[in-house]
Amino acid sequence: MRSSVCRSGVRWAFLAVLLMALPAGAWAEWGALNMPRGVTEISNEVYTLHMRIFYICCAIGAAVFGVMIVSMFLHRKSRGAKPATFHESTTVEIVWTVAPLIILIAMAIPAARVLIKMEDFSDSEMSIKVTGYQWRWHYEYMDSGVQFFSQLHPEHNKARQQGSDVDLATAFPGRDFNGDEEVYLREVDNELVVPVGTKIRFLHTAADVIHSWWVHDLAIKKDAIPGFINENWARIEEPGIYRGKCAELCGRDHGFMPIVVRAVPQEEFDIWVADQQSAMAQADTASDRQWSKEELVATGEKVYQANCMSCHQAEGQGIPGMFPAISGSEVATGSIDKHISTVMNGVEGTMMSSFSGVLSDADIAAVITYQRNGLGNATGESLQPVHVSSLRAGLDIKAPANVASAADTISTEGVN
Amino acid sequence: MSSTDVTHHAADDQGHDHDHDEHGPAPGLMRWVTTTNHKDIGTLYLWFSLVMFFIGGAMALVIRAELFQPGIQIVDPMFFNSMTTMHAIVMIFGVVMPAFVGLANWMIPMMIGAPDMALPRLNNWSFWIMPFAFTIMLSTLFMDSGGPAGGWTLYPPLVLQMGDSFAYVIFAIHFLGISSVMGSINIVATIFNMRAPGMTFMKMPMFVWTWLITAYLLIATIPVFAGAVTMLLTDRFFGTSFFSAAGGGDPVMFQHIFWFFGHPEVYILILPAFGIVSSIIPTFARKPLFGYDSMVYATASIAFLSFIVWAHHMFTTGMPLAGELFFMFSTMMISVPTGVKVFNWVATMWRGSMTFETPMLFAIGFVIMFTVGGLSGLMLAITPADIQYHDTYFVVAHFHYVLVPGAVYSLMAATYYWLPKWTGNMYDETLGKWHFWISTVFVNVLFFPMHFVGLAGMPRRIPDYSLQFADWNMIATIGAFGFGFSQLMFVYIIVKCVRGGEKATSEVWEGARGLEWTVASPAPYHTFETAPVLDAGTVTR
Repeated sequence: MRSSVCRSGVRWAFLAVLLMALPAGAWAEWGALNMPRGVTEISNEVYTLHMRIFYICCAIGAAVFGVMIVSMFLHRKSRGAKPATFHESTTVEIVWTVAPLIILIAMAIPAARVLIKMEDFSDSEMSIKVTGYQWRWHYEYMDSGVQFFSQLHPEHNKARQQGSDVDLATAFPGRDFNGDEEVYLREVDNELVVPVGTKIRFLHTAADVIHSWWVHDLAIKKDAIPGFINENWARIEEPGIYRGKCAELCGRDHGFMPIVVRAVPQEEFDIWVADQQSAMAQADTASDRQWSKEELVATGEKVYQANCMSCHQAEGQGIPGMFPAISGSEVATGSIDKHISTVMNGVEGTMMSSFSGVLSDADIAAVITYQRNGLGNATGESLQPVHVSSLRAGLDIKAPANVASAADTISTEGVN
Repeated sequence: MSSTDVTHHAADDQGHDHDHDEHGPAPGLMRWVTTTNHKDIGTLYLWFSLVMFFIGGAMALVIRAELFQPGIQIVDPMFFNSMTTMHAIVMIFGVVMPAFVGLANWMIPMMIGAPDMALPRLNNWSFWIMPFAFTIMLSTLFMDSGGPAGGWTLYPPLVLQMGDSFAYVIFAIHFLGISSVMGSINIVATIFNMRAPGMTFMKMPMFVWTWLITAYLLIATIPVFAGAVTMLLTDRFFGTSFFSAAGGGDPVMFQHIFWFFGHPEVYILILPAFGIVSSIIPTFARKPLFGYDSMVYATASIAFLSFIVWAHHMFTTGMPLAGELFFMFSTMMISVPTGVKVFNWVATMWRGSMTFETPMLFAIGFVIMFTVGGLSGLMLAITPADIQYHDTYFVVAHFHYVLVPGAVYSLMAATYYWLPKWTGNMYDETLGKWHFWISTVFVNVLFFPMHFVGLAGMPRRIPDYSLQFADWNMIATIGAFGFGFSQLMFVYIIVKCVRGGEKATSEVWEGARGLEWTVASPAPYHTFETAPVLDAGTVTR
């Protein structure tokens, strides 16, 4: 009976191997199984370090498991093995304490060398401040003053909602020139554009909770902590699109705040900066003019979908107990001042954060108008951007620069 | 080799001739409510953790079901986050810790020749707090503001966004902490005061040693955790700002305090497992444990090192270079005593006369798969590489390898190993082996692919992912359901064994070593009322 159980054990082990080998498609893409080399000197060194430790661990594992397997084969009672009685050896104990120590020292030296290099922020040529918000990133180029928010692309945001019937396998064909085809949840509305060959210093902080800015190909992962500024740096060697994600749990939509870094040659970068600066100047004038109600509602719907929908839901019904409804709510149908204050200042002690630093005057006016005239509400009231600007002046809150209105972003850029 | 040369009165005299206090358990349900008997309380702990194992497992299956395919199909992301948080809290505080305490209750008095735990009433209380604490904890899932969804690490400011049910979570954590500390005090008091004459420290079984050290870790760290969550409570409800930068506080300080508790905590979850495996392997290799003294010293070194490595959980928080280097080196050092343990187990097997009953299979499975987790742990110690691994599925794979085929396997090994002693019946060996092999296949199908998706860039704690991770996630989910449902076999085997089966001898295993095998099977309600007499030849470990 024992031997039949042993044989069944062997059969199971064999089955396990088969099961692991089953998805031949997955095995074919070796790249999907390992850390990428990345595109900076540091990321290459990290990769080398990773592979070296991996091989050492494999060797240790092979040695230990090898001895175990030999022992399990040779020293079994069913083969008539008689137990030895030895139970200690100081020499052996010393050997297997000292040998691992030597291996560890051999690992620690190159690791320390790479670490010291990673932490050397000196001589950077430009600085970008990255601020984490729930659930978007804000980028500020400290040298040119260009700044904008970057969040999950609206098309992806729609597709990822519960019950969406978008076919994820075909909806988002790749547009990468890195040969990377899968972009679902990895596209943003506004990309972070950087020049290649430049030592860029990143400054990380957050506005609400802790986030973590992680771009795999740059071997950068640094926590964005409210009230603190962390440093990091990268010098990207080759032009390309490098994608990343928030790595620190930051609430409901933690899985939906991707990062896209587009590295371009210096000349292209300079042109991009000039374009951004003129766009910023234009956006500043958007709040000065009088908007029609239809225009406000149309823009507001897009702002709602990008900023409010993930908690308050597509029809404004909210999630009972967690996220209040907007449809028929006291805030959206009662006094407009309370409504404005809720959107601009947030509600303390809840997940409703302040949007005054996130949305432009026009977007705030639009989304409030939409919430009061859509989602089943019909107060008939509308709010002009100018009114929001005047409130801001009273509160001494600066509008975020170059938050291009949601309408512009979507119609002009879209999925390129 | 066997330990039948112990003179023991208690087992033979069971039920007769004592002038007072010789009585069995009280009848009915009240037996379990009022009991101060270490075996009854051990049984309560073990059943409790088995029930919680399925509750925590069901949560894991919700997580894996949502991750079966890309897109959000089953649960809202907020509930998903509650599931990841609660799964961890339940598995750590509701399964592994109570199960080890249950084993300590059952086995430590019998292993050291004591009649009971030193503080029996406290013992009753430390168990009975737990079901209430967990009722409160789990009830938050049904409250308006939902269960905790900021991860079991409870990092502020995120955790402070939680609704009013947060207060219940803190309250439950305090009670779980009180239960653990009381249990630990009891274990320390028992080991120091209740050993049979002649049971010197260096004659104690490894399980007793590892628990003694674990108990000290608990007593040292649980109050730190209690302090941290109390500061969260006052930050959330009473306007303090310990962890809010806006009020002059520091959110990273919480992480330092948390991991000063949290890292020793992970050794709390594994040291007793080392003790169990150090009991089982010599039994089935029919050969004494190799390097007992070095095993004791290695356990103590691991415990010491566990206090000076905490910030390796925080390499991405922006520590100074000197801090990163210190914590990298100290973390790497842990692999030395841990390596010594693994080598000693292998040396114990070497030139033994092995048989492979279910406890041995689980113990060997433990050594191999715990080592896999240990090696990925060594990779994680390397700071520059950790910056890439941190908060990805690589980390998830690592700690599940040390906790599931690690700690949980040791618990299953212990259950099969001592079940005949507890019930007097042999369990079904064929089914036990099936349980081992099916679990082992599925646990690897479940956790091994996580290494790949983690290295390829999938962050942890996300309800939806990009398509390049789809294949491996699907496989992991298949493994999860296979592993989860095969644990029903475990319950079936236990229940079958409790209800009857081939009668077990006192010794149960041919190579059994130690005092617990000198008493009858099932172990009488009271054992060693008169201390056993140990002479020089007595095998106690």
